[in-house]
Amino acid sequence: MDRIPILKMGPFLLVTIQVDLYDRLALNLENDLIAMVSKTGARGVLIDISAVNIVDSFMGRILGNIASMSRIMDAETVVVGMQPAVAITLVELGLTLQGVHTALNVEKGMDLLYDRTDLLTTQEDEDNGEAPDDYNE
Amino acid sequence: MNQSAQLLKKKKKTILENWIKNQLTEESLREDLISNDELRRQSEELLDKLTSALEKGNTEDIYNSDFEQVTDILSDISVTRARQGFSPREVTLYVLSLKQAVTDVMEKELRDKPEVLYKEILQFNKLIDSLSIHTFETYLRGREEVILRQTDEINEISTPVIRVWDGILALPIIGTLDSSRTQIVMENLLQEIVNTGSNIAILDISGVPAVDSLVAQHLIKTVSATRLMGAECIISGIRAEIAQTIVHLGIDLSNIKTKASLSSALQLAFSMLALEVKKKNANSFSGKVIR
Repeated sequence: MDRIPILKMGPFLLVTIQVDLYDRLALNLENDLIAMVSKTGARGVLIDISAVNIVDSFMGRILGNIASMSRIMDAETVVVGMQPAVAITLVELGLTLQGVHTALNVEKGMDLLYDRTDLLTTQEDEDNGEAPDDYNE
Repeated sequence: MNQSAQLLKKKKKTILENWIKNQLTEESLREDLISNDELRRQSEELLDKLTSALEKGNTEDIYNSDFEQVTDILSDISVTRARQGFSPREVTLYVLSLKQAVTDVMEKELRDKPEVLYKEILQFNKLIDSLSIHTFETYLRGREEVILRQTDEINEISTPVIRVWDGILALPIIGTLDSSRTQIVMENLLQEIVNTGSNIAILDISGVPAVDSLVAQHLIKTVSATRLMGAECIISGIRAEIAQTIVHLGIDLSNIKTKASLSSALQLAFSMLALEVKKKNANSFSGKVIR
């Protein structure tokens, strides 16, 4: 059966949806993702839907569910790269995905996650500490 | 058949003269829009075609192929006139004045045969009436085409998305927001957000004459859609009366960032992007102005 890969990137989970989601696939994703959050203790979930052209109310609900479930488990959800047509469809369906953070692309989504989870400062300190070492080598 | 056809053929000259005279004496004559020569040419052509159509023996159905040429000319005339700005009255009178011209001649010719005269006039009246209805229909269609074209143009013109800063888009909305325009505005804005990768969109509604619950709903939809895309949306240009109506209607805009003017919206956008715009040096600026 098809599964959508869930990648672990430091404290976050990255999900890139490259195919149009059908109901079973979306439900599997929901299960896998939540299982993964609890297993890894991830602080954030980033879902890239830039390749998704079609959404329906079910898909919108799944996204909302993932966000609510993640929040209970102390992980923020960011949906990135939504197509204009998809955004319009969701709004027309009355699904404004309250509680889900959004960003234009993966890069900005990552920034947002760092921002949200207060991991940015520690991360930056580490970067600053390491940078001179790299140059010395 | 057919008395009228024969008559029309025989008396073509007189009828044409009468008709032109009728049109020229008509108060509604528009010399500014159409020249006399042009009018005469049009009228003569129409009369010719009408005569040849009548000769075929058909006086009832103007949608028959016999009348194709006549209706074609009439459609042509009424569509051109619609574009030139003739009033509906003027366009219909053009056809109806032919009735007067022909019946005058008929009356003269068939004076000693009142029964035939009555029949012919009745028949001819019917024909001209249907022709004038056809003219009016095509005239209206011409006008509607003009209106549709203008609507399209307005829609195209009125939804520019401006890139005011790196990462900030502004969209001034002018005119009433209805569902079809909201759709266009939303599509343009979202597409532009994707193209430029902007974080903030400012929706300026200073040009919107009134905001009712429907318009507000459209605005909220647009804001939600931008938010789904991952950008923030600020609504600016809210005038006092608009603020009043929004509150009186009980519309909840509390989770949307609103600003009174575009400049304060821009300021908010700057602070959201952690940008700062300040005067470099007061002296150097005033110095430049004086020089």
